[in-house]
Amino acid sequence: MEEPFIYEAKEQTLIIHLPKELDHHNCRNLKYETDLLLAENYITRLVFDFSDTCFMDSSGIGILLNRYKQIRAGGGEACFYGAGQQVLRVLKVAGILGLMKRYETREEALCG
Amino acid sequence: MENRENRMEQESMTLTMDSLSKNEEFARVAVAVFASRLDPTLEELDDIKTAVSEAVTNAVIHGYQNGEGTIEICARAQADGLFTVTVKDTGIGIADIKKAMEPMFTTAPEGERSGMGFSFMEAFMDQVEVVSAPGKGTAVTMKKKIGR
Repeated sequence: MEEPFIYEAKEQTLIIHLPKELDHHNCRNLKYETDLLLAENYITRLVFDFSDTCFMDSSGIGILLNRYKQIRAGGGEACFYGAGQQVLRVLKVAGILGLMKRYETREEALCG
Repeated sequence: MENRENRMEQESMTLTMDSLSKNEEFARVAVAVFASRLDPTLEELDDIKTAVSEAVTNAVIHGYQNGEGTIEICARAQADGLFTVTVKDTGIGIADIKKAMEPMFTTAPEGERSGMGFSFMEAFMDQVEVVSAPGKGTAVTMKKKIGR
């Protein structure tokens, strides 16, 4: 069974609620879906929600990096919140902490 | 009677499964449960899970090109804390292992791949060894000392 991604749009911000296990198997639909949402809406800010995520590997990083490049190309920005121990370690090793702002809570992330 | 299990120098397990993306999670969880007998920290267990996930994903995507195949995982837990896991496929193999292991190198740049698979294995494990031959398959052996 594949977990669906849940998206939430607030004005020019798109929040992507990531699944429990963010690996190659669970990442397969994310590209197509976010491409569609970014094409149809004027989005300048991407917010990744890791609150439910217990595990991420380099497949998840590939997804994040590509979305990051996409939003940056249009002058926007990306950030994340709710990252646990394993996710933070992977983000750090991949160098994402230097690219995206990290917030603890949803409220902080939405305020910027 | 003396308990034989208390005197064992090493224990091992082998897992053979179909090359399916949904088995990536199954494999990393199974190996982590096996590794837990060495009493690792949560962080050490996460490291093993991440490394196994990378190796199995490589076998599914690259070794078998998302097609049919069998992946074999052998794990060994030694009483001295050394944990070894080998992920083996009989897929297309790697012609240039050195190049494949370069950070950010990927054979599928148009896709969503980060090219960080081998870098992750090296970052989260103490030692990574790759044996591969084109047309024959690939075996990735990773070692980590638990509880230092």
